[in-house]
Amino acid sequence: MLYFSDLLQYSDTFLSGLRTTVELTVLTTILGVALGTTCAAIRQYGNTVSQRVVASYVELIRNTPFIVQLFFIFFGLPAIGMKLSPWEASIIALTINLGAYSTEIIRAGLGSISKGQVEAAKVLGLTFRQTLFRIIFIPAFEKIYPALVSQCIIVMLGSAVISQISVADLTYAANLVQSRNFRAFESYLVTALLYLGLSIILRFVLDAIGKRLFAYRAIK
Amino acid sequence: MIQFSNYDIISNLLFATQWTILLSLAAFIGGTSVALLLTAMRLTRNPAMQTVVRIYVELFQGTPLLMQMFLCFFGLSMLGYEISAWSAAILSLTCFTSAFLVEIWRGCIDTLPKGQWEACRCLGLSFLQTLRHIILPQAIRVATAPTVGFSVQVIKGTALASVIGFVELTKVGTMLNNATFEPFKVFTLVALIYFALCYPLSLYSKHLEKKFNVSR
Repeated sequence: MLYFSDLLQYSDTFLSGLRTTVELTVLTTILGVALGTTCAAIRQYGNTVSQRVVASYVELIRNTPFIVQLFFIFFGLPAIGMKLSPWEASIIALTINLGAYSTEIIRAGLGSISKGQVEAAKVLGLTFRQTLFRIIFIPAFEKIYPALVSQCIIVMLGSAVISQISVADLTYAANLVQSRNFRAFESYLVTALLYLGLSIILRFVLDAIGKRLFAYRAIK
Repeated sequence: MIQFSNYDIISNLLFATQWTILLSLAAFIGGTSVALLLTAMRLTRNPAMQTVVRIYVELFQGTPLLMQMFLCFFGLSMLGYEISAWSAAILSLTCFTSAFLVEIWRGCIDTLPKGQWEACRCLGLSFLQTLRHIILPQAIRVATAPTVGFSVQVIKGTALASVIGFVELTKVGTMLNNATFEPFKVFTLVALIYFALCYPLSLYSKHLEKKFNVSR
């Protein structure tokens, strides 16, 4: 038998966990994509040494599990003198993780911008900044936007792991509730559905932002 | 108190790596089998079956793997099904893997022009014959690279089994950390071992992708 009504009295716990997860997701999505954009630009236009550095960062993060990265940052770094709170450690870990994946995605977008397009902008007298944003970044982002949205959602789901270093996110709330009332199945099922709702909403919001961002297409 | 030398740490970690590899293999085999079944269901063009597959994919791609593991391990045992950490890990990883593989393979099958299906029908081939002689040989060639690439995600996914108490590489890492108080060294080694497992697969996947693009 399932007893979902036993969860009702803990709705505040779930809500505060949900808020933490949302806050963390918004923050790390912005920071991670910013980091990814910078690294992708270096990877595409930088000199050989900086390209190598970025490439090894990307490969190192993409080929190790997130939970090990998190443990390394939270337990490992204090041992060499960098003390971090659980909240700081999880923001750093999630940003670094999303940064590595988005570097690869955004680089593919930058690679698809043909050289002639940039040269044409120069000939037409556009400034460096105008060229960078209007001719390179916005069209490049438009091409890879769906992939980037999927990656942001994967990172949001991956953030469930930060409950292991006692950040009070949604998963932490689920653990807390099931340890109080022993309704493990109900508690985890509700939490899983909350995550599902969150990922559907996140996709909806990011798609709407994308439509706004690339609205210039509609003017044609 | 027992002292841990570097040799002890490394040999313990390498021993645990066997369990990570075993779990990855089991999850990958389970995942591909279920994904094959789901792909077959999708290809029948029966609306009800297609809806089932769509919901399955949405459900397992839209929820965290950690939550699926908790549900399988703590949730099912609370409902009265006794389940070990090993079976719970395999069960949840199988669901996770198959949900992603089904989507990857869908993309691969959809890249084949629709005209091929129609041509087969004109030539009087049955559904199974079309699949066996025309669609699968081509689709498998396209699908190999992304499937190998996804196996990296499976290996990384097994790290979460440490949370439900399955003793694999990450779990042994945390246990050694508790015993030696040398988190920097231990977790660097753990990360390096994972890297050594995953990086060759990533490279191989990239190599396959290049090879396929050339032959196209």
